[in-house]
Amino acid sequence: MKRHLISAADLSRADALLVLDTAEELAGLADRPIKKLPTLRGRTVVNLFFEDSTRTRISFEAAAKRLSADVINFSAKGSSVAKGESLKDTALTLEAMGADAVVIRHGASGAAHRLAGWVRGSVVNAGDGTHEHPTQALLDAFTIRRRLHGGTRGAGLDGVRVTIVGDVLHSRVARSNVLLLSALGAEVTLAAPPTLLPLAVESWPCSVRYDLDGELPKSDVVMMLRVQTERMTAAYFPSVREYSRRYGLDAARMARLPGHAIVMHPGPMNRGVEIAAEVADSARSTVVEQVANGVTIRMAVLYLLLGGTGFPEVAR
Amino acid sequence: MSAAGAAGSAQWLIRGARIAAAGAAGSAGAAGAADILLSGGVIAAVGSGLGRAGVRVLDAGGLIALPGLVDLHAHLREPGREDAETVETGTMAAALGGYTAVHAMANTEPVADTAGVVEQVWRLGRAAGHCDVQPVGAVSAGLAGARLAELGTMADSAARVRVFSDDGRCVADPLLMRRALEYVKAFDGVIAQHAQDPRLTEGAQLNEGEVSGRLGLAGWPAVAEEAIVARDCLLAAHVGSALHVCHVSTAGSAEIIRWAKSKGWPVTAEVTPHHLLLTDDLAAGYDPVFKVNPPLRTAADVAELRRALADGTIDCVATDHAPHPAEAKETAWPEAAPGMIGLETALRAVQRAMVDTGLLDWGGVADRMSARPARIGRLAGHGGPLEAGRPANLTLYDPAAPAAAVTHGASKSRNTPFAGMELPGRVVATFLRGVPTVLDGMPA
Repeated sequence: MKRHLISAADLSRADALLVLDTAEELAGLADRPIKKLPTLRGRTVVNLFFEDSTRTRISFEAAAKRLSADVINFSAKGSSVAKGESLKDTALTLEAMGADAVVIRHGASGAAHRLAGWVRGSVVNAGDGTHEHPTQALLDAFTIRRRLHGGTRGAGLDGVRVTIVGDVLHSRVARSNVLLLSALGAEVTLAAPPTLLPLAVESWPCSVRYDLDGELPKSDVVMMLRVQTERMTAAYFPSVREYSRRYGLDAARMARLPGHAIVMHPGPMNRGVEIAAEVADSARSTVVEQVANGVTIRMAVLYLLLGGTGFPEVAR
Repeated sequence: MSAAGAAGSAQWLIRGARIAAAGAAGSAGAAGAADILLSGGVIAAVGSGLGRAGVRVLDAGGLIALPGLVDLHAHLREPGREDAETVETGTMAAALGGYTAVHAMANTEPVADTAGVVEQVWRLGRAAGHCDVQPVGAVSAGLAGARLAELGTMADSAARVRVFSDDGRCVADPLLMRRALEYVKAFDGVIAQHAQDPRLTEGAQLNEGEVSGRLGLAGWPAVAEEAIVARDCLLAAHVGSALHVCHVSTAGSAEIIRWAKSKGWPVTAEVTPHHLLLTDDLAAGYDPVFKVNPPLRTAADVAELRRALADGTIDCVATDHAPHPAEAKETAWPEAAPGMIGLETALRAVQRAMVDTGLLDWGGVADRMSARPARIGRLAGHGGPLEAGRPANLTLYDPAAPAAAVTHGASKSRNTPFAGMELPGRVVATFLRGVPTVLDGMPA
């Protein structure tokens, strides 16, 4: 694996499978009475969050702590950043404090990329603007493999048909998932209104459809993307109701899925907009599992990037 | 008195240069070498065997003699952002790049929208003496796009402003653009438009296409430029007034301009060296040194821009020299200031893009980098030709100098997209009215 995890494109199929298989090993921990491993003792992980994201920050924090790393949470609000400190100066400060890994969430696409040029430690992209969110894609792949293949080690997602629905244009989750899931062999289809697709999306390793209904009977996985409130007022679609009618996953649409198909959402959900409550709470929904798997996958990522020891049963 | 003002105190004999003449195809080739005698600020004679006693001699064997380059588009940042550039440092950079005249854009602080500010910039240029500084006046007061600045007063000032531009912003209001075009007819002015539809480019970061989609950066669509170029060509034709299109960056804009010219409409255009050489995929590493407005486009655009410059659809090369302090670029991409410096590398970049590719000869370079921009900017003393009696503004260039890495020069800023890249050629000397501003590649 590379030193940083900035884009899902940084992961070869073998790398991605190593992360998933490592996560399977680590998942066993959750069932033990003592969930903590000593593998990253003495190492420092900084959570550098320029955007509010309690969910993702807590997930990384729990992952680092279960591996016994020291965790420093650095959020932009009320910090030196709020006083006008630049990303570079923040990076140099963390560098001086000796961070072994920096987990960064930033509103600007490419921020993680830039940070990697200024620090010696490993950089993990926890979401940069509208670019990527690679650990989300890894946890999604992990969730799919567990649900459809029972978590079989070494297995890819070959032939699994995944439909990603919604605001692809602004979605870092979609970008990372298209790259990672296709690298693992899945057949990815994007279903969205044309206004919410990037101009040259046909160059991506996936298919593109404007019509969701035609895709449902063929889908093993439907991944609903969150509709950001700021898109609702910027004329990407006429109204929230119309969006929901054409691209929302309600019970009637869910009924057209094959029996084994699952419904995913990276959260937080807009119930009643992109996903109906009865779908979100149905047995097909993996939303809660995704959260739990997020901690496991982030443990695996930190473990592999920081070269953790004391966990010999994981093949490295 | 400034160095340039002391013209005439020394005579120079430039021996054995190949003279590149605009409009004379191949003139720099087989025509052979000639001597150029500079005296009293003018070219005293061109020929052979012009040696005489008491004359300083510059051996120009193997060098091309070009009329001093003229830039229609530079940001010298003074007044207001002297941390990025001053007229002194910017014009020194220009001289090192072979320029004898630069147009200084109006988006300073305060904006160059009054006679007072344009005269200040003009006087700073005279005092520095490295090259002539011709201020560009703002089209709208404060660049706000709402009402016309006092264009006539700026035209009548000591700075004699003829080119007006809100560059950095588009004159988006079609009625204001129409009025500006009409109004400057009274004093032979030209409106230089930064063509960018503001609504189509809100938050735009990078050419809209495969790269912007992959990088998750908001796209700057070609149509946002082309729609304004088309509208303005129609307006210029309607009112019969001169339009100049700044930094043309797309194949579609070039096609529209070619069509407008075929109608005989009074439209001219410029292209930057970076749009002739660089493409949007350079943004892949998110280094904002490649962030510029208009953005770097695709290889297909680059090819069409080169073709349009070669066939004269695009009249000239202009640098859009846009210095920024380091901290403006040491950020995440969306937060970085757009712009690149270019005065010191323009000629070398044009050699790489146009001459080494066989698209232009050196006569063509003289035309596109000196004669035509001087004509568009209404600068009578610049643009050549290098003939007896003309002002002694010229540049000696060594096209055979081995390709060398671009290094730091006279500009206060370092935001060159060519850093670490090798470019051919070397500016050996620049003369402003007979006085060297650059000798042996160094400030004279």
